[in-house]
Amino acid sequence: MTDLACIERALIGARPQALSALLRYFRDLDIAEEAFQEACLRALQSWPRNGPPRDPTAWLILVGRNAALDGVRRSTRLTALPDEAAVSDLEDAEAAMAERLDGSHYRDDVLRLLFICCHPDLPATQQIALALRIVSGLPLGEIARAFLVGESAMEQRITRAKARIAKADLPFDPPGPVERAERLAAVSAMIYLVFNSGYSAGTGSERAYFCGEAIRLARLLLRLFQTEPELMGLTALMLLQHARSAARSDAAGDIVLLDDQDRALWDRKQIAEGLALIDKAMRHRRPGPYQIQAAIAALHARASRPEETDWVEIETLYAALERLEPSPIVTLNRAVAVGKLEGPAAALAMIEPLEPCLSSYFYFFGAKGALLKQLGRIEEARTAFDRAIALAGTAAEAAHIRRHLDRLAREPAPAEAAK
Amino acid sequence: MHYAILCYNDEDVVWSWTKEQDEAVMVRLGVVHDRLTRDGKLGPALRLLPTTAATTLRKSDPPLVIDGPFAETKEQLLGFYVIDVADLEAALAVARELAEANPGGAYEIRPIALYVPDRRDGTVR
Repeated sequence: MTDLACIERALIGARPQALSALLRYFRDLDIAEEAFQEACLRALQSWPRNGPPRDPTAWLILVGRNAALDGVRRSTRLTALPDEAAVSDLEDAEAAMAERLDGSHYRDDVLRLLFICCHPDLPATQQIALALRIVSGLPLGEIARAFLVGESAMEQRITRAKARIAKADLPFDPPGPVERAERLAAVSAMIYLVFNSGYSAGTGSERAYFCGEAIRLARLLLRLFQTEPELMGLTALMLLQHARSAARSDAAGDIVLLDDQDRALWDRKQIAEGLALIDKAMRHRRPGPYQIQAAIAALHARASRPEETDWVEIETLYAALERLEPSPIVTLNRAVAVGKLEGPAAALAMIEPLEPCLSSYFYFFGAKGALLKQLGRIEEARTAFDRAIALAGTAAEAAHIRRHLDRLAREPAPAEAAK
Repeated sequence: MHYAILCYNDEDVVWSWTKEQDEAVMVRLGVVHDRLTRDGKLGPALRLLPTTAATTLRKSDPPLVIDGPFAETKEQLLGFYVIDVADLEAALAVARELAEANPGGAYEIRPIALYVPDRRDGTVR
């Protein structure tokens, strides 16, 4: 680990645990962040020279803590701590620290660090920005570019978000089981937000990087809470969706739907990991929304051709999700499965009552248009597709619907042609 | 003599490699693998999924199924090679070649006491 790239990777890897331990120690996010920064600078000086420590995380916590205390003492003209050379020779202290780390708090430390980023007062985009800045340590400039704002605007936004969470009492008492479960649920939702903000951005975007980062955070959390089936489900869900990313758009950047994707482009390694995790989760027989969605994604991943997709099982799973978390979007998804099983008329009958709730939802009108087109109701299909274009969030979404419209113009459906 | 080369590294780091980083490592390793295969030294080799995908069966009575790996360590067992070389010196030479192609972490070299090759092709008598 003597070259700088390796050290940098180790520092990124150690960040969530080291920073969250420093936060527990100082109970102040700014001091903890400064302490970690300082420890990283010293690591960059000392590790190439002295070789890497046995436990980089413990080293960073100890050096960061001492550096911050040193700063406090210097500013109050108290005795300084031992000099740098003494601090670098940490074998004993390191072992003691590592023992404490492994033993007790650090699971809840990391959870707390993630949890404060998803304060309910913060809007979703601020939660995402804060988590990427604080937990992942992503440079401000990169986050700003991803959200299409200037660096100083993003800095202001993050400073304001931090001030907001500082005002709220940070939860430093060790959580009880119920509270821990609530924190895990909030943090899972926030990680999935990070993932989705990368997923919906399309390929080639700065935000595509967020998907990988969300998966990294989920794996970290799952390693700390090994027996949580919903965490397995969340991690599996993101892996299975991310596995398709190379196939989701063509060379021109246009959206390619699941049925038309080149399945050879799917990432087999991510699929294998996702399937293994959902397999493990099912054993617990404690189903939840992430597990069910992951199980649906798994059925798509297991089909080597679109015709082999198990739509019966997918419909059953969507129905289960509907019971667990009723939402018009879930019903819309179930209708797509019903359409595959019973034909477009049955699906259309299911989604028509949803229109008042989903009147500003791009995918609703995309799906409605496709069903109407299959039924040969060309004029109504055109109206639905027009609505979809007006609601498209990205240029690629709009272009995708426009291709549907072009096809409508070129090839009138048989039912209409027979009239 | 058969040796196992057990590959340890921080899985959080390894599994965060981008596709390009991963492919670059595999290309460099491929060169070493090809050379070892030509020399008749390389047996089966495999990469494991992360420890989050692991399940442990404790052989108590009755056996107990636990989520996660057997041991929680700072660096995890991420894969292994089986090699067939003359002695420890030769095994270390192989490990050094692999380390150059794939730096970071550690290799544990363990002599193999009993080696049962894959016999699913029907040659079992």
